[in-house]
Amino acid sequence: MSKHTLAVLVENKPGVLARIASLFARRGFNIDSLAVGPTEHPEISRMTVVVDVEDLPLEQVTKQLNKLIEVIKVVELDPASSVQRQVMLIKVKADAAHRPHIIQTVELFRAAVIDVGPDTLTIQATGNGGKLKALLDVLEPYGIKELVQSGHIGIGRGARSMTDRALRTA
Amino acid sequence: MATQPTPTPPRATPSDVAAKRPVEVTGAQSLILSLEALDVDTVFGLPGGAILPAYDPLMDSVKVRHILVRHEQGAGHAAEGYAVETGKVGVCMATSGPGATNLVTPLADAWMDSVPVVAITGQVSSAAIGTDAFQEADIRGITFPITKHNFLVTKADEIPRAMAEAFHIASSGRPGPVLVDITKDALQAHTTFSWPPKIDLPGYRPVTKPHGKQIREAAKLIAKAERPILYVGGGVIRARASEQLRRLVDLTQIPLVTTLMARGAVPDSHPLHLGMPGMHGSVAAVTGLQQSDLIIALGARFDDRVTGQLSTFAPGAKVIHADIDPAEIGKNRAADVPIVGDCAAVIEDLIAQITADHEAGRVGDYREWRELTARWAREYPVGYTPPEDPHALSPQYVIERLGAIAGPDATYAAGVGQHQMWAAQFVRYERPNSWLNSGGLGTMGYAVPAAMGAKAADLDRVVWAIDGDGCFQMTNQELATCVINNIPIKVAIINNSSLGMVRQWQSLFYNERYSNTDLHTSVGSRVPDFVKLAEAYGCVGLRCEHAEDVDAVIQKAMEINDVPVVIDFVVERDAMVWPMVPAGVSNDAIQIARGMSPKWDREDDPATEQDLDADLSGIHHGMEQSALYPEGYEPKESDR
Repeated sequence: MSKHTLAVLVENKPGVLARIASLFARRGFNIDSLAVGPTEHPEISRMTVVVDVEDLPLEQVTKQLNKLIEVIKVVELDPASSVQRQVMLIKVKADAAHRPHIIQTVELFRAAVIDVGPDTLTIQATGNGGKLKALLDVLEPYGIKELVQSGHIGIGRGARSMTDRALRTA
Repeated sequence: MATQPTPTPPRATPSDVAAKRPVEVTGAQSLILSLEALDVDTVFGLPGGAILPAYDPLMDSVKVRHILVRHEQGAGHAAEGYAVETGKVGVCMATSGPGATNLVTPLADAWMDSVPVVAITGQVSSAAIGTDAFQEADIRGITFPITKHNFLVTKADEIPRAMAEAFHIASSGRPGPVLVDITKDALQAHTTFSWPPKIDLPGYRPVTKPHGKQIREAAKLIAKAERPILYVGGGVIRARASEQLRRLVDLTQIPLVTTLMARGAVPDSHPLHLGMPGMHGSVAAVTGLQQSDLIIALGARFDDRVTGQLSTFAPGAKVIHADIDPAEIGKNRAADVPIVGDCAAVIEDLIAQITADHEAGRVGDYREWRELTARWAREYPVGYTPPEDPHALSPQYVIERLGAIAGPDATYAAGVGQHQMWAAQFVRYERPNSWLNSGGLGTMGYAVPAAMGAKAADLDRVVWAIDGDGCFQMTNQELATCVINNIPIKVAIINNSSLGMVRQWQSLFYNERYSNTDLHTSVGSRVPDFVKLAEAYGCVGLRCEHAEDVDAVIQKAMEINDVPVVIDFVVERDAMVWPMVPAGVSNDAIQIARGMSPKWDREDDPATEQDLDADLSGIHHGMEQSALYPEGYEPKESDR
C-alpha cells in the first residue's frame, strides 16, 4: 500500500461529505485523513483526502469520486510539486523541571506553545507528516496527555490555481 | 373496474405558463407542473402522510396518469419496466419512512442495471427532520450507495430545478436512478412556477463522444486479430445502438455474444450470434470468449457472472473496452484500448474507421475462427433433457413453446432464478428491449411489476411475465393494480414448488440436502393455489400440467386481452439449468450437463489444449436422463 493525496473540489452543498465518506466505505477504500473547508469561491468546497491504496485501486477511487455529481474535480497531489501541511495540538506533561527542555524542543521544531497550565503545556505544531512524527517522538518521554491532529491539506506549487481551472472547464 | 376520474376542464399547461409570466402555486402544484413539463405521462405510486399534498394537484392533472400500486416496491419495478419499454425515464412516488424504504430494492435494482428512474418521496417537515418524527427515515442517506444522485428539497422554490436536474441525470450518461426527497412543508409552501429552470451541475459532464485516437487504435487491433469476439452488454440496449451494432457485425463478420442484459441487442437468429456468455451461457459463447485473442466489449462490465474466475478469463485476449462510464473500464479486467463514450457513437465511429481501413486494404481475416465458433454453436446448442416421467412437464419446454407462440414482438419479463436463465436461453429474442430482467441485483419479484410497467407504457404489446413460484409470491399483489387499471399482462408461473435455483445448488453442492427450499406450491399441497389466487384478483387463472396441453393453454392466454391471465405451469422440480460454470472456477470448466464437459476432440481445435474429455452427447435433446449422472461423479463444493 502507498499513500496518495487527492485534492477534491466539490459543490458546497449539504450532505456532500457524507456522500464521499459513504463512497469510500462501500468501495472498500481506506481514508488515512480527510480535511474539508470552503475555498475562495463560496460555492465550492475543497477536500484533501489521503488514501492508502495501490495505483490500480487509486484509479478506481478517482473514477468513482468523479462519478459523484457534486464532485467537480479530482487531482492527485504529487509530493514533489505540491506542499502539504498538517496541524497538531499536543498537551504534554511539563513540570517545572522539564518545562525548559520542552520549550527548547518546541523552538527547535518551530512549533508554538499556545496554552500553559500548572503541570502542562499545549503545543501547536505545523508541518508534514515526517516532522510532526519526529516532534512527537521527542515529546513522548515527557508524557503526552492529549493529542489532536487535523487532516492533511495540500496545494500545488507555482502560480496555477486548481479552482480557476476547474471553474473554467465546468 | 374503476371509473376514470371526472375529466377536468382544460387548464394552463406548463408551456402556456412558460409563455406567460410565472404563476403563483404551491410546492405540490409546482411538482406536478414540473412532471407535466418533463413529459411524464405515467407515475406509479402510493400516497401517505408526507407526500399527501402532492396527491391533491395530481388528481387534477390531465397529462399525468397515476397508477396506484399495492406496494411501493411494485411502483419502483413498474417504473423500471416502463423505462425499458419506452426509453423514457420511469417515475415512481411514495411517502416518507416505510414508503420510501420500500423503494430501496427497486432503486438498487435500477442502479445495478442502469435503468433511468426518478423516485419522488415525501419527507417529514423540515423542522421535524432529525427528531425521529413519525414516518421519518433518512432516505437520502439510505440511498446514497444505490442512486446515481439524490436530492433533499426543503424549499418549494427548489422543486422545479431539482426535478429537471433529476431527469437530466437519470437519463443522460450512464442512466440510473435518482431520488428526489421533498419535505412536506416544501410541498405546502407557496412559490412561483416557471419553466424551464436553470440546470446547474458543474460536476456532471458525461463524455459521450469517443476519442478519435482510441477508435483508430481499436480498429488497428481489430484488423490484426485472428480470433476476435464482440462481447455485447446492456449498454448497447440502453444506448439504443442495436441498429449500429448490426451494421458493425455485418461489416466485420466478427462472432458475438450477448450478455443477460443484452439479450435481443442482436437477433438470436443472426448466424454470428453465439448466444449468452457466463455462468449459464452457451458453450460457444463461453468458449468463444475464453479462446479469443481480442475481446471487443461494448457496454459490458466484465461481471463475475460472465468472467467466472477473473484470473483465468480469456487469458490470451487483448481487450477493447468501450463504455460510457469510465469507472467500468479497467475495474475488473485491464483494457488495452479504453474507449469512453456512448455505445451508439462508439460503434458509429468504429464503423467509419473500419470501413476506411477496409478501403485501404486493412481487412481482418477471421474465416477459420468463424468456422470454429460456428461449429461449437452447432455441436453444443443449449438444450435440455426431457424428464424421466413422460407425463411430467419440463420447464424448458414450457418456456420454449411460450417464446415460439408469443413470438419476437412480445415483451418478456422474468424474475430471478432458474426460470430467468431458461427464459434467457430458450426464448429467441429478435429485438432489443423485448427482454426485461433483473440482472445485476438479482431481485426476486421483479417480473410482475416490471411487466405491468412495460404493458402500461405500451398497451398494444403482448407482455409476458415469466415468473417462478417463489418470485411470484413476492410481488403478485400488483395483479390487483393490473386488473383495476386495465393493464392485461400475462403471467407464466414456472411452478416447480421450490426455490429452484437454490435447490439446484443444494443438489449439486450440498449433497441434496434441501434446506428451506420447498415452497409447497404444487408438490404435496398447493399453498397457495395460483389459479384460485389469480381468480381472486379478477384475473383469468389457468393450469397446465402436461406437455400436450402447453400450446393450447398458451394460445388461450394469447386470446384473452381484457384482463390479466395467470397460467400455473406445474413443472417437474428436478430440472436444472445447464450449461453451468460453477461459481469461482475458470470458465474452461464449463459443464454442459451434470459432470459433463464438452469434448474437444479435434486436433485443430484450440480448446483441446484444455484437459476436457467427457462425452458431449448429453447436451442434445432427447438424451436419457440417467446418462447425465455418471456413476461415482462427485460434484465439488463451490466457493459459495
